[in-house]
Amino acid sequence: MKTSKEIVLKVARLARLDMDEADVDLFSSQLGTILDYVDTLNQVDTTGLVATSHATTTTNAFREDEEIPSLNLDIALANAPEKDDGAFLVPKVI
Amino acid sequence: MTLHELTIEQAARGLRKKEFSAKELTQAVLDRIDAVDARVQAYLTVDREGAMAQAEAADQRLEKGNAMPLTGIPMGIKDLICTKGLRTTCASKTLENFVPPYDATVIRRLKDAGAVIVGKHNMDEFAMGATTEHSAFKITRNPWNLDRIPGGSSGGSAAAVAADMCLGALGSDTGGSIRQPASHCGVVGVKPTYGRVSRFGAAAFASSLDQIGPLGKTVMDCAILLNAISGPDPKDSTASPSPVPDFTQITGEGLSGITIGVDRAFMTAGGLDPQVRTAISNAIGTIESLGARCVDISLPHTQYAVAAYCVIASSEASSNLARYDGVRYGFRDKEQTDLLEMYTQSRSKGLGPEVRRRIILGTYALSAGYYDAYYGKASQVRTLIQNDFEKAFEVCDAIVSPVAPTPAYPIGDTIENPLSMYLLDLFTLSANLSGIPGISVPCGFSDDHMPVGLQIMCRHFDESTLFRIARQFEQQAGITGKPAI
Repeated sequence: MKTSKEIVLKVARLARLDMDEADVDLFSSQLGTILDYVDTLNQVDTTGLVATSHATTTTNAFREDEEIPSLNLDIALANAPEKDDGAFLVPKVI
Repeated sequence: MTLHELTIEQAARGLRKKEFSAKELTQAVLDRIDAVDARVQAYLTVDREGAMAQAEAADQRLEKGNAMPLTGIPMGIKDLICTKGLRTTCASKTLENFVPPYDATVIRRLKDAGAVIVGKHNMDEFAMGATTEHSAFKITRNPWNLDRIPGGSSGGSAAAVAADMCLGALGSDTGGSIRQPASHCGVVGVKPTYGRVSRFGAAAFASSLDQIGPLGKTVMDCAILLNAISGPDPKDSTASPSPVPDFTQITGEGLSGITIGVDRAFMTAGGLDPQVRTAISNAIGTIESLGARCVDISLPHTQYAVAAYCVIASSEASSNLARYDGVRYGFRDKEQTDLLEMYTQSRSKGLGPEVRRRIILGTYALSAGYYDAYYGKASQVRTLIQNDFEKAFEVCDAIVSPVAPTPAYPIGDTIENPLSMYLLDLFTLSANLSGIPGISVPCGFSDDHMPVGLQIMCRHFDESTLFRIARQFEQQAGITGKPAI
């Protein structure tokens, strides 16, 4: 089943992605195919089952709270698309 | 034999015996890249100067007689693992010019062990894909047949190892991305136990599934590499404090005392190519001939693994990739004067179609009103998949299966239909969902001479048994031959 274009557009907005008409068409059809397949999960009775969110039994990995040197400002900013006065620069917000 | 054809084990021995220098070995690998990579397209970046400087330092160490396990060994690295000062793109336009200010923990460990890093390997963008066609920069080709995919997402790494353009490589495996290309390119690839290897400095795709691991020409080479990169890391709280045994110490005569589990349903699965089925059946026979006992097991929920994986991996990806917003690094659409529009346009122009598709799917699965039906449900099915393995490992030490249902297929075959590509991960991704280690080891060829890999999976943190079985099988099966590239 095709996912409706409205849903694709709404989700794209949530994910901060822009889509042209062709993208919306393609994605709604591909997403529909994938979701139809994903719906096979509903054949499985999972009543009362605990969900698994990771594949390890490790909990609470503690370490000493030690001060260690961090990247210096110039290195940390080296990949910035735009920077000014030791800060990342973005379009005006207010 | 020419130098670039050596295994890590052979090269380390030759370097110590002064049969050749680290500079000669590195130069041979760089020459090999010059000779064949125009056709294979495995590398995104080759660091000639850096590699020769590292080789020079390796020679000084060798001269002093204090060489480390990987001193002078030329390695290639999947381009999602950060290398200080060496461009790391994740095969994405958004990171086309990203130069990491630090080394990933695995890179620091390789360098500490003396390795020479010759360059960075092509991949599916952000590791999302199974063919290496989803790179923003180029399509890597299978050295055994240049019209075929090398597999993916660590396709550049598998192709480079197969074509002798490095002695070993590090890749990452979220749903099969080391094992499947290793199978398609006729090399060995290991997905270690979740938590065995630190992911600090590797670009995250799906954090509950991602694991870094080695690709090599032999099982022993992978064991040598896993020795170097394993262990806890204060910078990655998921890296386990479990003790790391010496994986190169392979003990036991043959495989006596080992019980192998086979799920017969895998062997009769509809999509399984008959030639792959034959190769796997023969491999099981070889393992039995080494003294292992074979028992039937059942992993009934594996049939839901692809669906659960689609939801879980995409959900985690949609969250992890939110960071590519054009603010601190990566591509920014500088035309935009509004902040939200700057985020949106930077992401839309910087990320490729497969990545955007998965972000959309994941965002949908996590959005209000759908969370329980998709992410919640998939996470519960994941519990059942884990339970299947726990039950199976009560009666066997290892599970063997195909890696991929078919040999490497022609480039372009699945590009229009993403679901058909996802379905090809059927045999590999339940190891990621349950966190257990898995290996792909060459076990034969198709009629048209494309490699086929055998998958072996073991209990959590039991890579030693994995290496033992794989090593014994490799020696007994004697699969040889190199691509005529």
